[in-house]
Amino acid sequence: MFGFFSSKQHLSRGVHVPECKELTEHLPIRRLPFAPMLIVPLSQHSGAPAVALVKEGQEVVRGEPIARANGFVSVPMHAPATGRVERIALAPTSRGELQTAIYIKPWPSASQEVLYGADQDIEHMTPDGIIAAVQATGVVGLGGAAFPTHVKMKVPAGCTIDTIVVNGCECEPYLTTDHRVMAEYPQQVVHGARIMMKAMGAPKAIIGVEDNKMDAVEALRKAIGPATDVTVGVVEAKYPQGAEKMLIEVLLGRQVPSGGLPSEIGVAVFNVATLAQLGELLPRSQGLIERVITITGPAVSKPGNYLVALGTPLRWALEQAGCVDEPASVILGGPMMGPSCSSLDIPITKGVSGILVLTKKEVQARPKQVHPCIKCGACVEACPLHLNPSRMGLLARKERYEEMESDFHLNDCFECGCCSYVCPANIPLVQYFRVSKQMNRERKARERAQANG
Amino acid sequence: MPKLTAEIQLRTSPHLHTPRSVEMIMRHVVYAMLPLCAFGIYVFGISVVALLAVAVAACLATEHLCCHLAGRASSINDWSAVITGILLALTLPPGFPLWMTAVGGFVSIALGKMLFGGLGMNVFNPALVGRAFLQASFPVAITGYTPALSASRFTEFIPTTLTFPFLQPPSLTAWITAARVDSFAGATALMQQKFDRVTVELLPLFLGYESGSAGETSAILILLCGAYLAARKFLDWRIPVAMLGSAALAGQAFHLLNPAVYPNGAFVLGSGGLMLGAVFMATDMVSSPTTPLGVWIYGALMGLITVIIRFLGGLPEGVMYSILLGNAVAPLIDNITQPAIYGARKKAKVTA
Repeated sequence: MFGFFSSKQHLSRGVHVPECKELTEHLPIRRLPFAPMLIVPLSQHSGAPAVALVKEGQEVVRGEPIARANGFVSVPMHAPATGRVERIALAPTSRGELQTAIYIKPWPSASQEVLYGADQDIEHMTPDGIIAAVQATGVVGLGGAAFPTHVKMKVPAGCTIDTIVVNGCECEPYLTTDHRVMAEYPQQVVHGARIMMKAMGAPKAIIGVEDNKMDAVEALRKAIGPATDVTVGVVEAKYPQGAEKMLIEVLLGRQVPSGGLPSEIGVAVFNVATLAQLGELLPRSQGLIERVITITGPAVSKPGNYLVALGTPLRWALEQAGCVDEPASVILGGPMMGPSCSSLDIPITKGVSGILVLTKKEVQARPKQVHPCIKCGACVEACPLHLNPSRMGLLARKERYEEMESDFHLNDCFECGCCSYVCPANIPLVQYFRVSKQMNRERKARERAQANG
Repeated sequence: MPKLTAEIQLRTSPHLHTPRSVEMIMRHVVYAMLPLCAFGIYVFGISVVALLAVAVAACLATEHLCCHLAGRASSINDWSAVITGILLALTLPPGFPLWMTAVGGFVSIALGKMLFGGLGMNVFNPALVGRAFLQASFPVAITGYTPALSASRFTEFIPTTLTFPFLQPPSLTAWITAARVDSFAGATALMQQKFDRVTVELLPLFLGYESGSAGETSAILILLCGAYLAARKFLDWRIPVAMLGSAALAGQAFHLLNPAVYPNGAFVLGSGGLMLGAVFMATDMVSSPTTPLGVWIYGALMGLITVIIRFLGGLPEGVMYSILLGNAVAPLIDNITQPAIYGARKKAKVTA
């Protein structure tokens, strides 16, 4: 709206939340040992579950494909350790449902060297060839969405991508995964960005980093050197700056149309950790077998940024990180959007960017009494999408879900949590909206079923 | 390696919450009004102490009773009824009969708030509902103003204060004469201006050493207290700025048209209940709009109506009715000023 404000690269809405990143932001990435049993679910991503390629009792080598992609919107799985497939059976997942998983028992004496893979020359590949190669790595959005990366790389017909936006904001409190990856693997991030530029025909890339990670900014600028195709854009640290739509607006001054995709305005957004993995794996055509996770929170005695083999059980990872002081709530991801998990027996999957463990003290500190809405407007001022959470909350209480969608843009809400965070009446607005969306989905499904007789 | 055996709880995100609460906001508004109470007591004496005590007690008792009748937990611990009581007392003449004050407190909470469903549901500012009821019911008593800084103010009540319940208050003329405040005409600055075309000096008007309602007289003190609340973000500064700005501009415009009849913008700002209304009543969160554009429109509208009532209407003061009118249209303002959502503009262009 005002050029003066947009040039300052700050988010007009959103909230300043306590960052709590000092626990881990300066700790280098360390590798966690292999758990006695690794559990690799076949569905760790949005889309069709992978199809197992191995049999029970079979021996696998670290990095070897153990499941193939089932269609385009799907990715393969690779063995996270050299060992033996103990069984293929149901395993608990973060959403609470049981899913088929491959249980691998790592061999204690194996060197665990990744021998699987071959060099490939990306410079001479076609865009479709790169997309196929990315799918073969099994890489998905590592920021938390777990959407297959190669699907996002397919430019829709009629769109041209002029800018790759690399998301290094990491605006969620506590998490420092992306921060450490940028500081320690800047070359891989920049290389990953260039692969994307080539695959999508974009002439430039911007890496957006919040101003509370200036060491990462310096590392990236050093890695870029004198080149001008990739730049670093420093943005104000404010939640939810790392949301795709917010970052595009602040960096480029463009808004993604409501209900649309960034490709409509010539932009594609990728998370830094995703690109760092691609920059590392793609030249050697290897698969994604491990990722960096911040294990932190008041209940953890050895918080840190850990390189964890995919499939590591949560309980085992927490024990390694010294989590013994009576955890009360375990959150996958950050505290603003991360779901709390129901079981410690779930495995760590590709989309888990952090594990936050709260003690009883923090859980009980949260207010319990819900007051009526006093229409203070704090949520209206906080909503990054300029929605009216106050009004939608009142409508949700009256079960007027259709009106929320038709008149108040319910479906634009991406559940960032700003409204619930600022609400002095402690109204669980985001939860209302989740329920409302689900009620609308169910109603539409019923209507479709009736229309079809 | 120690084993993890603890039970974990499931909760929905976000897992963090601001330290702010409804109770905290209300408590700070009460804190910010305490200096006004103290100043009112200093200027008008112990009658104001009784006035405040009765108004607050009546509001709390009514809220407690209504909650009890409705069969739900008492909500007096959220401090909102205390605000209503203090605001009501501050808008009344210092010597207002206490039994009428109690009636006002009851009407404020019962009619102005609990009938609508309690905190958050009321359309109008409860204190002003009570004030309007009192003005309609007791038109003589509510214009019974007494002089500021009378010598005996800390030793005796203003005679009207202790009027026996359900009786009309005695005449104040004899008492005012006895108090030997020679210049006092039994009228506030606004009344003198409107009916006698006498404009008082501006400095005492802003400082508040003049006749008026118990807590409305010091415009400067009200501004300071409001500034504290605005700085702590317990108050939307845009509403008083819009309301005072539009009132001053409209007043000045009238003044330029006919200086003999209409006072200037500064007099408009400093006199009557405008300052208290703009800072503490118009900003009542429940009865004001929530959209960023809406609050500007709301404030400007109320400022304009205040001046129109004062200058063109039959009453010397129009703040109460202008805020009640503003409250009435606040939901409509909210409806027509829904913010344009992120990404909406471009989509409209694409489909057009």
